[in-house]
Amino acid sequence: MTVLAVAEHRRGELRDVSYELVAAGRDLATATGGDLHVAVVSGPVSEYAEKLNRDGVDAVHTVDHGEGFNHDVSVQAVEQLVDAVDPAVLLVPHTVNGLDYAPAVANRLDRPLVTDAVDLAYDDELTVTRELYGSKVETTVDVHAERGAVTVRPAEWPTAEGTGDATIEPFDATIDESQVRSTVTGFQEVGDGDVDITEADVLVSVGRGIEEEENLDLIRDLADALDATLSASRPVIDNGWLPKDRQVGQSGKVVTPDVYIAIGISGAVQHVAGMKGTDTIVAINNDPNAPIFDIADYGIVDDLFDVVPALTEEFKG
Amino acid sequence: MKILVTVKEVTAVDDEFEIDGLTIDDRYVTADLNEWDEYALEEAVQLSEANDDAEVVTVTIGPSDTAETIRQALAKGADRAVRIWDDALAEVGLLDPATKATLLAAVAREEDPDLVLTGVQSADDSFGATGVALADKLGMEWAAVVNALDLDTDDGTAHVHRELEGGVEELTDVELPAVLTVQTGINDPRYASLRGIRQAQSKELAAKSLDDLGLDVAAIESPLEQTSLYEPETESETTVYEGSAEETAGELATVLREVDQ
Ligand SMILES: Cc1cc2nc3c(=O)[nH]c(=O)nc-3n(C[C@H](O)[C@H](O)[C@H](O)COP(=O)(O)OP(=O)(O)OC[C@H]3O[C@@H](n4cnc5c(N)ncnc54)[C@H](O)[C@@H]3O)c2cc1C
Repeated sequence: MTVLAVAEHRRGELRDVSYELVAAGRDLATATGGDLHVAVVSGPVSEYAEKLNRDGVDAVHTVDHGEGFNHDVSVQAVEQLVDAVDPAVLLVPHTVNGLDYAPAVANRLDRPLVTDAVDLAYDDELTVTRELYGSKVETTVDVHAERGAVTVRPAEWPTAEGTGDATIEPFDATIDESQVRSTVTGFQEVGDGDVDITEADVLVSVGRGIEEEENLDLIRDLADALDATLSASRPVIDNGWLPKDRQVGQSGKVVTPDVYIAIGISGAVQHVAGMKGTDTIVAINNDPNAPIFDIADYGIVDDLFDVVPALTEEFKG
Repeated sequence: MKILVTVKEVTAVDDEFEIDGLTIDDRYVTADLNEWDEYALEEAVQLSEANDDAEVVTVTIGPSDTAETIRQALAKGADRAVRIWDDALAEVGLLDPATKATLLAAVAREEDPDLVLTGVQSADDSFGATGVALADKLGMEWAAVVNALDLDTDDGTAHVHRELEGGVEELTDVELPAVLTVQTGINDPRYASLRGIRQAQSKELAAKSLDDLGLDVAAIESPLEQTSLYEPETESETTVYEGSAEETAGELATVLREVDQ
């Protein structure tokens, strides 16, 4: 069975998820005695192709068109590549850009699409494992079709290493410019404020469990008593209770303090992406099934409004 | 101008729940309007307030008991609602993004909106693919994960920011009509006012079957089948403290003091 994995790059750099896709694709290809093809669209594609030629890759297809990601270009290029390579499984990263073209590609090719895969298996047909209800439940989805498409969750597979002996094959995609109806005009970094949470040794991080802005003082008191820095999950930032530079996670900051205390945070994958490298993770949450406990070293399953003041008291004076 | 907003009723599982075959019993779930759709709706209502003649129409796939959630959207400022349901849909185990997009596209073709706003994903099954699939079915442009929108109708362009990973935003110009998938935080969703809640009761909420939409059951057949549902095994080695808040806080404090040395 042939697998085609599409690499991702941004502003001149391949993103790690590309190598994870190589690993995921290689597992599938090996299990079925098939070939692993990798594709890269736009940017310095020959340079990317060299890097993508990792252990187990049979071919790298390059589409030299434009400098950076444009979904209208990617959709056309990947659609044509899939037609040419005819892979049983098309793999795309489950990233913000992956989600900006994979559903359109699947639609045009009339392939079933399963998103956010955390595991893949192939036994006559493809089975995709994914999570539901903010990672509290897992499910398997069987794809009853000869050809399918999957978006693969970042950081679930290791990055493929080693050098392969792939052929590098420039692919002459025909890009219809009249169908390129979106233009990327630039990038913008989220500004930094006075506090850099990535520098902190101890982070006290607060989530939606805090319920009201007024209650934040409870968490501030604990952070003060611990001489720690305050950070938060997304809903607290979305509500405007703390500035954007305090957000931990996929679209915020990646932090690696010595200690991370997650209070009223469920542990959604996009949050965990920003803090799972922490040495010591502490979780305070009244839901024993909250996914944050999957990665916590120490936990208290209780109401934060009881535990936090008691903990602050321990460190006061 | 007309704006179509997709609005989904999602379920959250309670702290304690049981799985029965491929479902979780209604007893253990709470239904609500999808968080991402709240932001999409607010964006639409703000746009309609800024353009006097703009109409905001919501579209939902769901059985009749989702009407209450749809009324919430009407109470927050949508002008009318369409609800798609059919006995045949109740038989579908896994409603995948492609099928949802087919259904939503049928309504979108009838409504012919200038702009379609969806949430980035739904909180329960988190496919994150319906909006872009819908755009492609309609032959519209799109942008996924939009956290800022500046609509230039004269120019026929939506200037958007797409929230990429790692605190970087992509600035993109998208030709209208377009489907935008809206990210949380793009605005500050309002609460429904009492007046809004009252008015919502008399707003139009039209139910559409497959037949009404000119679709047959083949349109909702999917090659995807959900084959299991289970609580993930955790490899977690969490030390969990038990007891009163004072006791657990005391034990945790001891550990924190050690780590801090
Ligand atoms: C593209 C994309 C990017 C994203 N980027 C990020 C990101 O960078 N960072 C991020 O954090 N999220 C991000 N998210 C959102 C993410 O999916 C979750 O929605 C979010 O992390 C949830 O935040 P939370 O854990 O605070 O809230 P919830 O998931 O609502 O969890 C609240 C928790 O508080 C607990 N709780 C409630 N009351 C109490 C109490 N009294 N005592 C103790 N515990 C209590 C509950 O049991 C629950 O576990 C992103 C999502 C998308 C789609």
